[in-house]
Amino acid sequence: MQDFIEFFSFTDANIRYVTLGSVLLAASSAVVGCFTLLRKRALVGDAVAHSVLPGVCLAFMLSGTKNPFILLIGAFVTGWLSLLVIDYITSRSRVKEDTAIGLVLSVFFGIGILMLTAIQQTGNAAQSGLDKFLFGSAASLIGEDLIAFGVVAVLLLVAVVVFYKELTLLCFDQAYARTIGFPVRGLELLLTTLTVFAVVVGIQAVGVVLMAAMLITPAAAARFWTENLKVMLVLAALIGAFSGIAGAFVSYTAPSMPTGPWIVLIVSMIAILSFALAPGRGWVARIMRQRRNKTRILEENLLKLLYQLGELRQDYGSARSLEELLERRNIPKKEALTGLRKLRRQGYLQKVESRWLLTPEGEKRGRRVVRLHRLWELYLTQYLNLASDHVHEDAETIEHIITPELEQRLIEELNYPDLDPHSARIP
Amino acid sequence: MNAFWIILTGSLVATCCSLLGCFLILRRMAMVGDAISHAVLPGIVIAFMFTGSRDTVPMLIGAGLLGVLTTFLIEFFHRFARVQADAAIGVTFTWLFAIGIILISVFAGQVDLDQDCVLYGEIAYVPLDLIITEGGLSLGPRTVWMLAVVTLLIGAFVVLGYKELFLTTFDPAFAAAIGISTTLWYYLLMGAVSLTTVASFESVGAILVVAFLVAPPATAYLLTDDFKSMLGLSVLLGIIASFAGYYLAVWLDGSIAGAIATVTGIEFLLAFLFSPTHGKLRSQKRVQTISH
Repeated sequence: MQDFIEFFSFTDANIRYVTLGSVLLAASSAVVGCFTLLRKRALVGDAVAHSVLPGVCLAFMLSGTKNPFILLIGAFVTGWLSLLVIDYITSRSRVKEDTAIGLVLSVFFGIGILMLTAIQQTGNAAQSGLDKFLFGSAASLIGEDLIAFGVVAVLLLVAVVVFYKELTLLCFDQAYARTIGFPVRGLELLLTTLTVFAVVVGIQAVGVVLMAAMLITPAAAARFWTENLKVMLVLAALIGAFSGIAGAFVSYTAPSMPTGPWIVLIVSMIAILSFALAPGRGWVARIMRQRRNKTRILEENLLKLLYQLGELRQDYGSARSLEELLERRNIPKKEALTGLRKLRRQGYLQKVESRWLLTPEGEKRGRRVVRLHRLWELYLTQYLNLASDHVHEDAETIEHIITPELEQRLIEELNYPDLDPHSARIP
Repeated sequence: MNAFWIILTGSLVATCCSLLGCFLILRRMAMVGDAISHAVLPGIVIAFMFTGSRDTVPMLIGAGLLGVLTTFLIEFFHRFARVQADAAIGVTFTWLFAIGIILISVFAGQVDLDQDCVLYGEIAYVPLDLIITEGGLSLGPRTVWMLAVVTLLIGAFVVLGYKELFLTTFDPAFAAAIGISTTLWYYLLMGAVSLTTVASFESVGAILVVAFLVAPPATAYLLTDDFKSMLGLSVLLGIIASFAGYYLAVWLDGSIAGAIATVTGIEFLLAFLFSPTHGKLRSQKRVQTISH
């Protein structure tokens, strides 16, 4: 607890640096990641992250210093080159995109490792610390680095705000963007540049391998909570920033803990929880929705059966036994009983000496299902010229879906019909 | 002698990876191979923790399970949670890799594994870990024996399951129609990839596994249209890369795994430019002769 207060009072300059650094890095890459994710090119970020390494080594070999700006330029050059190579291989040969990404990623990284180890063997004392690009170390961010990467991060965010409309169009409707005269190629280059910048900056915090997570994971998590791009961008940035702070906090309380992997672990847990629990798109929500639909279909089928029995015998007022129902339609007995009991609780049915009787509401709902079924059959035969013995299956499904507005339209369209194609009366 | 063992290790890894890689790239699953090769890390560390040693068998089991789990998670996220495919891969492998690195840090005292080794291995140390009989006779490095067994297994898998693998790769619908389970062979293939990754991990690291899985098959893909020749060619290219890479590394005094990966890239570049059927320069020349 004391650690907690100490950390969040931000009195220690080092804590301020590390936290601010992690937040900026994580948030800026999360924002750019949203666009690459929506363009279905999420893994490209992984390739860029790996390809940055030879550039960093080359910049060091040529300049002999670890000035962050020079290393940034080197990283930028090879990161950019890797994207060009992927595009070139994919468009000019029969090698597919995933293979091209894997190829560029491993070969560039291999070259980087070769150069890095060769540099380390030279015994040049200045080289120590270059390998922090491999795994990142947000905890060792200090003044000079922080200024360099902070500036880039802020530039990224500004660029996204300025070009928001163009980037959105690029993600969602490239063909339209081209038609109305947007420089699509230029915008692609812009997004590529932003991706490379984000990677080059983020790699300081989490390292080569885990950089992909900083681009993909917050965006993938945010995607589950909203359909609105602006909200998604803000959400992704917040998720990234939160993980950044949390990672910095962990490595503050336990200095032996690596910051980068903790940031990734936390952001991944948020993403996995989002996949599972987000309302609407989440896994649990979808299962619930499926189950709800299933019970609704079962209930409506039961009401329909009771109504049809009443119709058959010209008598809606007497109760039917379960066996009578199951004779007409094959429903597992247990399922049918549960459904009937639930309908009674909802006031659609009454139980009379272990037989079931429609209440007025139940009769109304059952009648509606039967009506929708027959309307749809009629619609299919009249407008699509389907044979009348082919339309039943289709109507079985749609009878549970049609809304009251659609029902009204159907009735008008069919000119207030009386009989369905099987000459049954439409109630 | 050391050079021989190192090149042999590289060649064995190249053989397993290239064979499986051919199926992966044709199924457009190259990045799944990449994901598995990173995600087995926590499995290796956990096996270390339980046994407290570098015993091969528990490690193979631990990491093999993680490999299959990775495939399963990717499928699960994609199919049930409807995460888009590339994001599902990205989220899964970085998550598992992060867990692996954290586990290494937590058990830094007990686990004899460091972060760098995970990425580019310690192929140079392969000849140091020898199996020596009671009579004092050296049978060669432990890693080479293990890799030889794995290579035999993978070879047998590809030969015996050739028809099924081939059909499920090229025409899943037909395969399903004649009663071959695509799901079963999918998971078998992924199991084989995991096994290879784990066996190669310690000696060559994650990055060379990916390089071998993708680069030689992609190169062979540009050189031939026949699938059997593609398998053979990619194995050959992998072995050549091991040779050339070793000497490149010795010359530059750098990482052997990095050098081998570099050479696989050069091979691809050459094929990309000069392949008789699909090369850039050749096809341009062909266009020119027609226009004369």
